Amino acid sequence: MGTISLKNISKSFGSTQVLNNLNVDINDGEFLTLVGPSGCGKSTLLRIIAGLEQQTSGDVLIDNKNVNRVRASERDLAMVFQSYALYPHLTVRRNLETPLRLRDYNAFERLPLIGNFSPSKKEKTESINQLVNKTSETLKISELLDRKPGQLSGGQRQRVALGRAMVREPVAFLMDEPLSNLDAALRVHMRSELSELHNSLKTTFVYVTHDQAEALTMSSRMAVMIDGNLLQLDKPQEVYDNPSSLSVAQFVGSPKINIFKGTADSSGMISFLNVNLKRKSSESNTDLHIGIRPEHLEITNESNENTFSGTVAYRENLGSDIFFHVNIEDGSNKIIVRGLPQFTHQISNGSSVNIKRVSDKALLFNQAGMRVQFTNA
Amino acid sequence: MEAKQYIGEGWKHAILIIGAIVVMLPFYMMVSMSLKSQQEIQSISGGLIGAQETQTFPVCVKTGYSEETCTMKPYQYNYWFAFEKAPIPRYLMNGVIVTLSIFIIQVLVALPCAYALAKLRFYGREFVFSMVLFCLLIPVHGIALPLYVMLAQAGLVDTYSALILPWTISVFGIFLMRQFFMTVPDELIDAARMDGMGEYAIVWKVMLPTAIPALLAFAIFSVVAHWNDYFWPRMVITGNRDLFTPPLGIREFRGGIDSDEFGPMMASIVTVTVPLIVAFIIAQKRFIEGITLTGMK
Repeated sequence: MGTISLKNISKSFGSTQVLNNLNVDINDGEFLTLVGPSGCGKSTLLRIIAGLEQQTSGDVLIDNKNVNRVRASERDLAMVFQSYALYPHLTVRRNLETPLRLRDYNAFERLPLIGNFSPSKKEKTESINQLVNKTSETLKISELLDRKPGQLSGGQRQRVALGRAMVREPVAFLMDEPLSNLDAALRVHMRSELSELHNSLKTTFVYVTHDQAEALTMSSRMAVMIDGNLLQLDKPQEVYDNPSSLSVAQFVGSPKINIFKGTADSSGMISFLNVNLKRKSSESNTDLHIGIRPEHLEITNESNENTFSGTVAYRENLGSDIFFHVNIEDGSNKIIVRGLPQFTHQISNGSSVNIKRVSDKALLFNQAGMRVQFTNA
Repeated sequence: MEAKQYIGEGWKHAILIIGAIVVMLPFYMMVSMSLKSQQEIQSISGGLIGAQETQTFPVCVKTGYSEETCTMKPYQYNYWFAFEKAPIPRYLMNGVIVTLSIFIIQVLVALPCAYALAKLRFYGREFVFSMVLFCLLIPVHGIALPLYVMLAQAGLVDTYSALILPWTISVFGIFLMRQFFMTVPDELIDAARMDGMGEYAIVWKVMLPTAIPALLAFAIFSVVAHWNDYFWPRMVITGNRDLFTPPLGIREFRGGIDSDEFGPMMASIVTVTVPLIVAFIIAQKRFIEGITLTGMK
């Protein structure tokens, strides 16, 4: 089992409030990602779960047991750090053995030399060896066991760090940006490996990242945190399609969502620029933010009441897609539009284009940045 | 490289070589004098090792040895007589006992202190650290008298304890190790905590091995200082010759009937200096190899 519940967690360093009354329930076997811009408190939250940091108020429950007063080492959690934090003076094998030795040997057996006289030590050593061998085979690091961490590449160190976490078979894994020290290609590769590992271990993963792509690709649920507040906790697709607030919409998705200034008239009819959405907002007579993702805008030849025009300022070619950074004609916005290469390859910087929106995909937010729903009328 | 660069490098080397000669010259004199006869030393002749003529040494005869025993080559005589005249092995052993005890206890005290000052958060930490810095400013000689009086009151004068106890807490060691521990990533300590280590286990099993280079630097400092220390042993070892450390032992060659026999004196100094130089060379190799924190980032 590996359920973790956080109840009303707050944390402040001096007068700075870092976490603001958070409530999260993490299910057994779940891959939960804590995602947010740097400084949002996600790492602090992870360290509170781990027991490396004490919360100012609130409760941490692991398997429904309150662990507020339980030390980090006794919570039966394993953590993978951004810098891997392998013991630099020990071989890979000893690095993997360390958590097991500390757990299995008693104080006498850990003594150098005379510890070997304990009758039960031999048996324990054997089981430790077996676990280390099993883990290193799973992670394909068997041939690295006799090396020191300094002799390994970034990816190999990453695996060893994972291995050190795995050998103990903990109730949950905590990962603090484990991929951010790897190069881009390896990072993408490790994403899929981590997902596979999660599938085969079926243990709870709590994963902290500032990279929303990692959150979207790997997690079963993602928790978006900004400024110490938990803004949304849901499945990745749901967070992407249905962000609860303007900040979440802007944080999740790359390139960033386009925000237009719009208004709802007395009947709730929404319009922005020269475009009329022909749909009604639940809030009337107010200014609104209208969010449309780059893939929901198209470059078109038509020019009618559903299109608006602008000049291409910058053209970002990714091969599979081309993103056009467009200055809207009235000068109010700079927006990003996705184009398919086969239709738009001839468009260059400085050319003026007409842009059409894909209907039914706009998101509404009020002045406070909260989501506003459409009404069906 | 171009010729110009060679000339630039040449200048640097020339200056360094001159510096090296200035530093090495006393050592050269010491070794040379420990090999030559008294006449050669006094007339400043004979180059590095002298003529090495077999001769009978008058001071030896005066001390009470037979003329036959006292007839040999100067280098043999100098070293033989140095060992005959004073129990040099005993002095060396005292030196080893004292310096090693001091160093080991210094490490036992300084490492946990440095760890606490560098990595633990507790009320008053900055104050304690500023006290450490403050203690760095106190000269040993300023507190020598009170220290001596305290040891005398405790009845410890003329014991190993008197030589060791005052030096067991090294604020310099605490400061040096604290500065090094500041550079050890917090994540390594957190990882050790997650693995189940207590704070003391972290100090000895994680911090100590990563701090080997800094510790060696401190070892060189501490061992050299206390091996060569003359001032303090001179104060607290008042009568018991069995407790003499090497610098006190060399003093045996001063004064008396054979007041100015430099050969055996220099021979004893060479014997006292060599262990340090050997230890330094060994440590230096380890020092350069050092365990780095490359495994971390």
